[in-house]
Amino acid sequence: MQFVLVMLVLCGATALMASPLYSKVRGADGQDAEEAALEAARDAKFREIRDAELDFRTGKLSRDDYRALDSTLRAEAIDLLRRLDAVRGHEEQAA
Amino acid sequence: MTLGRACLFLALAIAPIGAIASIYGARTGRREWVAVGRRSVYALAAVLTVAFAVLESAFLRSDFSFEVVTTHSSIATPFFYKAAAMWSSQEGSLLLWMWLLSLWSSLVLFLTRRSLRELAPYATAVLLGFATFFGALVVFMANPFQLLDPAPSDGTGLQPLLRHPSMMIHPPMLYSGYTLFTVPFAFAVAALITRRTDAAWIRATRRFGLAAWTFLGIGILLGARWSWSELGWGGYWAWDPVENAALMPWLAGTAFLHSFMVQEKRGLLKLWNVCLVLGAGILAILGTFLVRSGILQSIHAFGGSTLGKPFLGFIALLVLGSVALVMSRRDDLRSPEARSYSPLSRESIFLMNNVLLVGLCFVIFWGTFFPLISEAVTGNKASVGPPWFDRYTVPLAIGLVFFSGLGPLLAWRKTTLAGARRSLQGPALFALVVVVLLIVLGVPAGKWTALALFGGAAFAIGSVVQELWRGVSVRRAQAAESPPVALVSIVRRNRRRYGGYIVHVGIALLFVGVGASAAFQHVRDVRLSPGQTARVGGYDVHYVRATSSVGPEKVSLGAVLDVSKGGKHVSTLRTTRGYYPSSDPTAGPVGQYFDGDSTTEVGLKAGLRRDIWTAVQPDIGAMQKMVDGIDKRFPLAQGDTQRFLLTAVSQRYVVAPPPAVFRLIVSPMVEWIWLGGIVLGLGALIAIWPPPRAQRRHVVAPSWSARLGRELSRA
Repeated sequence: MQFVLVMLVLCGATALMASPLYSKVRGADGQDAEEAALEAARDAKFREIRDAELDFRTGKLSRDDYRALDSTLRAEAIDLLRRLDAVRGHEEQAA
Repeated sequence: MTLGRACLFLALAIAPIGAIASIYGARTGRREWVAVGRRSVYALAAVLTVAFAVLESAFLRSDFSFEVVTTHSSIATPFFYKAAAMWSSQEGSLLLWMWLLSLWSSLVLFLTRRSLRELAPYATAVLLGFATFFGALVVFMANPFQLLDPAPSDGTGLQPLLRHPSMMIHPPMLYSGYTLFTVPFAFAVAALITRRTDAAWIRATRRFGLAAWTFLGIGILLGARWSWSELGWGGYWAWDPVENAALMPWLAGTAFLHSFMVQEKRGLLKLWNVCLVLGAGILAILGTFLVRSGILQSIHAFGGSTLGKPFLGFIALLVLGSVALVMSRRDDLRSPEARSYSPLSRESIFLMNNVLLVGLCFVIFWGTFFPLISEAVTGNKASVGPPWFDRYTVPLAIGLVFFSGLGPLLAWRKTTLAGARRSLQGPALFALVVVVLLIVLGVPAGKWTALALFGGAAFAIGSVVQELWRGVSVRRAQAAESPPVALVSIVRRNRRRYGGYIVHVGIALLFVGVGASAAFQHVRDVRLSPGQTARVGGYDVHYVRATSSVGPEKVSLGAVLDVSKGGKHVSTLRTTRGYYPSSDPTAGPVGQYFDGDSTTEVGLKAGLRRDIWTAVQPDIGAMQKMVDGIDKRFPLAQGDTQRFLLTAVSQRYVVAPPPAVFRLIVSPMVEWIWLGGIVLGLGALIAIWPPPRAQRRHVVAPSWSARLGRELSRA
């Protein structure tokens, strides 16, 4: 019984490990990875914009400082959106 | 070969194969081999789950053909403790370590399977490298599946000190913390190898770092709670090496969770962050090493000392490898966006808080390893005690509490002087009022450390309350919501920020508890006979009567104490000392109980204002003559006869009890420590919880600004 169980575990583990060598590997291609990285960067930038706005509204940032910071952050966010669209457009064309 | 042992061999084969496949895939660009590496981690988790289940099942079934079950459990061990007995053994705890490592590694690699294409294979290899080391330990040096033939009919039982409910979850919490710290470590190494030192690896692993920090923090607090209610010495923290070993990576983790944000937002502190993450990972391994090697004297080190050398070798490899990697990548770690810090900015406060945290970590490291350092230098093994630690850690802790209040009040990049003044005055005034009120209420001004801690905590709590108030006001002005709805809205939209603030409140409460209980604790050791009374901290503790009981595992002798204040009854406390039989066959059927291990059941009246803590130490020496006489007359007594004799001895103790020694403690606000821990855990959970995923829409917007506005409002 023990032997059968050992063999089952051995076969299962081997099949799981080796399966990518016999089937098409899904995910983690260059575009997927770039898109995921850009999405993460975009979300972080959005968070930064909201943080700056909250800092301004709660009186920690002066109006001038906030305006300068907000326009910089928004420009960076737009750049990320453009790059994200470019990657997705490439993906859609490929599809 | 048994199934469990086979799974360990398989795990030891899978880990290096997966590591090699990952590196090969990364070097050659062959994605299928990278996938083999990732799936090796999943396979590792699967086979270790089988191994873990086999051993756990052996404990639950009391299968004494397993040596580790025989030496750490028994038929009489309650089911609850049988389930937890596995990690009281060295072999079982190493298996737990490896199993948790495989689970967390699987989770992080699953979540990053479609991102971090360059980093993930190297991180996989590092995680599997850890698994290979621990796999080699459990296969060659600490085999949990060692069999006994013939199997004994019963085991020796669980170490009595570990029979406490928090022991069920304390080690898994600590080990989850330790193993989770390997995730940021692995990705930091991968970032250095691939020279991708931007914030991407931080974003991918920040939640794992936060989870590691949370688990480790809760584990440390559970250990402190166990110490307070089980160990019988009357404290929750002793600066013990094993306690310190868990605290050091936690402090390093606290530092990097703050400095991560500076890199994310400003692109600064790249080198610092990498060093902190590598340091926290190595300290996590060091923590496991200290528990398992027995190299330093500790009340927590239950393991033997056979694993010291391999652990030392592994730690040396990690340190040297990390230093070499950082040195070779120092050009990539220079921040290209480096700008000067405004002193009135959040990042400056984070930097100060990092310096204090690392300073605290260094002090604890030095104090912990001082016995080894002094032995190496002078030949004498000298150690430092709590007063030494307190001298250096208390001022640093006061600074930390103060900065934890200051950080939320300042903006990123730059705060104007007027803005800072406006933000600071409310919390500062609140802190001042609290300190003055405490002095008026009778706290001596000479207790300046306690007053400073209370003032700092009040400042931190005041700053968070003010921030929440301001946030709610802003939200209400924007969305016309009721205050509770607005509060929920702002927390939901800014989980990281407000979760972090709630953690600050938890830390402040914790420090209030530590400060109050350390500065205003009353302790008395007294010898009392029934009918006598002792006074401690304004409370009268009256020894009412002696108690005893004979259970299947132990004989308990104790006392009932009546606590009153000004003639008014406060509480009735019961404290006992449990005596477990030794395995010495020459000790006699009754005497063996008083030669073996013993544990204290503390009599505790807990409350938010103060804990009244009592522990009894019966004078068993006074009963020795009777015990010796019985053992001489009935040297072979077993079963019911032995139980009858034990009952006779324990009844004798109740009828004519000798004076007992009591430790009586009145300690203010200890409960605030546990309350702070709960708040801390809640805050961390809010900060970890993933935000709603931004919807993926491809919209051709008439203007990029308008589209940004729309996406921002949705995110």
